[in-house]
Amino acid sequence: MKPGTKLKSAVCDTEVMIIRCGEGAIECGGAPMGDAKPETLGTPSADHANGTLMGKRYVDAAGAFELLCVKPGKGSLSVSGAALSTKDAKPLPASD
Amino acid sequence: MNIALFLEMAAEAAPDRIGVVCDGRRWTYAELLGGARGAAALIRESGCTHVALLDESSEAAAMALFGAALAGVPYVPLNYRLADADLAALLDRITPALIVGDVDRVARLYPSEANTLYSRADFVTAALARSADAPAEGEDGEGIAIQLFTSGTTAAPKAAILRHANLVSYILGTVEFASAPEEDAALVSVPPYHIAGIAALLSSIYALRRILLLPAFDPKAWLDLAAAEKASNAFVVPTMLSRIIDTMDKGHAPDLSSLRSFAYGGGKMPLELIHHALDLFPETGFTNAYGLTETSSTIALLGPDEHRAAHASNDPAVSARLASVGRPLPTVEIEIRDEDGHVLPAGEQGEIYVRGEQVSGEYRERSALNAEGWFPTRDAGWIDEEGYLFLSGRADDVIVRGGENISPGEIEDVVLAHPAIADAAAVAIPSLEWGEAVGLIVVIREGHERPGDDELNALVRARLRSSRVPEKLLFADTLPYNEMGKLLRREIKKLFAA
Repeated sequence: MKPGTKLKSAVCDTEVMIIRCGEGAIECGGAPMGDAKPETLGTPSADHANGTLMGKRYVDAAGAFELLCVKPGKGSLSVSGAALSTKDAKPLPASD
Repeated sequence: MNIALFLEMAAEAAPDRIGVVCDGRRWTYAELLGGARGAAALIRESGCTHVALLDESSEAAAMALFGAALAGVPYVPLNYRLADADLAALLDRITPALIVGDVDRVARLYPSEANTLYSRADFVTAALARSADAPAEGEDGEGIAIQLFTSGTTAAPKAAILRHANLVSYILGTVEFASAPEEDAALVSVPPYHIAGIAALLSSIYALRRILLLPAFDPKAWLDLAAAEKASNAFVVPTMLSRIIDTMDKGHAPDLSSLRSFAYGGGKMPLELIHHALDLFPETGFTNAYGLTETSSTIALLGPDEHRAAHASNDPAVSARLASVGRPLPTVEIEIRDEDGHVLPAGEQGEIYVRGEQVSGEYRERSALNAEGWFPTRDAGWIDEEGYLFLSGRADDVIVRGGENISPGEIEDVVLAHPAIADAAAVAIPSLEWGEAVGLIVVIREGHERPGDDELNALVRARLRSSRVPEKLLFADTLPYNEMGKLLRREIKKLFAA
């Protein structure tokens, strides 16, 4: 999938935008994310229910994936079962 | 990735929070997004290839910027200070366009059925009227977000382009979403056609920091707006800071205790002025930002702690850093190279090269990036042992005297240390013997006697070497600067030719 693609969670309100994408299935709450929201939402699996935070960037350990959370929800993000972590950038002073 | 995402996220997270304050009117993020969506509908229907702004800063600039982004059409803020003939030439290059702002001037300079014209007020009214029925979905952001014409000192202005991907990378790499407390406010007084003015809109909207627009810079108006709205952040060019401090020194000094962050850039900051500013605002954090249009704004910065350390230090190496533009952002690489493109070690002067996702280095006509993605900035400079970057002028301003490269900055710094000299500029002048030689023009400080030619020559010879000694010395009441505080060296060269 190309950068800029938006994906929606099948289990909660979470929406992400792809910044970088490798090989693998992008999931939220343990379920694959898709272009559209399903009619009825599932429930996040217990292992993937820590929630997402608006505006945070999520990355995998290998650095192949980077997702920007554009809408927060109850599920947490993973790629093919492996949990993603937030990318914590060093804060910079405002320059403009 | 489309830059309109930043406004969409702000409106999603805090629809009712104030995003922009201009001329006493307050605009929420939801209203700004509505205006941008309505503007996108107008832009699509017009069939234009460019969206131009010929106006001072206002909410219309934000709506046009994001509206153009949603519609997938480049946004082209034009310099309203250009002479008629120059502006007409640019209008010819962007037609068919949807143009917002000074419609009378456009109609007079470039009458064309192909363009769609809106005054500022008409544009905002029309955009808001369409906000409800306009589609929410924007284009995918594959293309050009912004086109800025360079000042074109030697030839026709170049059309620098910034892609959505460049700007998105810059903002995501430097700004944390929603990081600003609700009381924060950023005072923006740079014009909308300057990259710093555009970056300020994007950064502050993504941080959810209220933007205070000052359409036309005036030091008293700046001080009054900063105090009334309790500005927490401000970006200025050095000439603006100089005029603000001058106004304060003359007694107009309202309460600016809310001001936590003062960022500056866009031109050389006189050392004396920044020392004075650090004393005058002891609680404020100063940041020097260095960047170019072609790099989506900032690529290096000197932060608040480094300013205070340099201001207080007796160590010459540490105090010298007040004249540096700091270290590269973690997301970009910077190198100094010689004329053959070889990388130079610390301490050696050459041309500044930069690489990173935010760097476009691209013009409509061609890309200036080399095969490895490096952008030659045409700025000259050097990096010290600790990685601090120092600028020494434009590469094109280097004086080549008998094969020796002389940076105007080194001569100017020495001469400016003389108590009677208020301002100075060194330029290349033609020399039969050397090819080029040093021409020096100085401004005498009020209340001081003019020093003799010999005295200034001796000063340069003692601090530098004989090749730096000016061959010709001129005196002037003021030096020519543009409205952004950039020294116009080509005008100075004309004085030597006269």
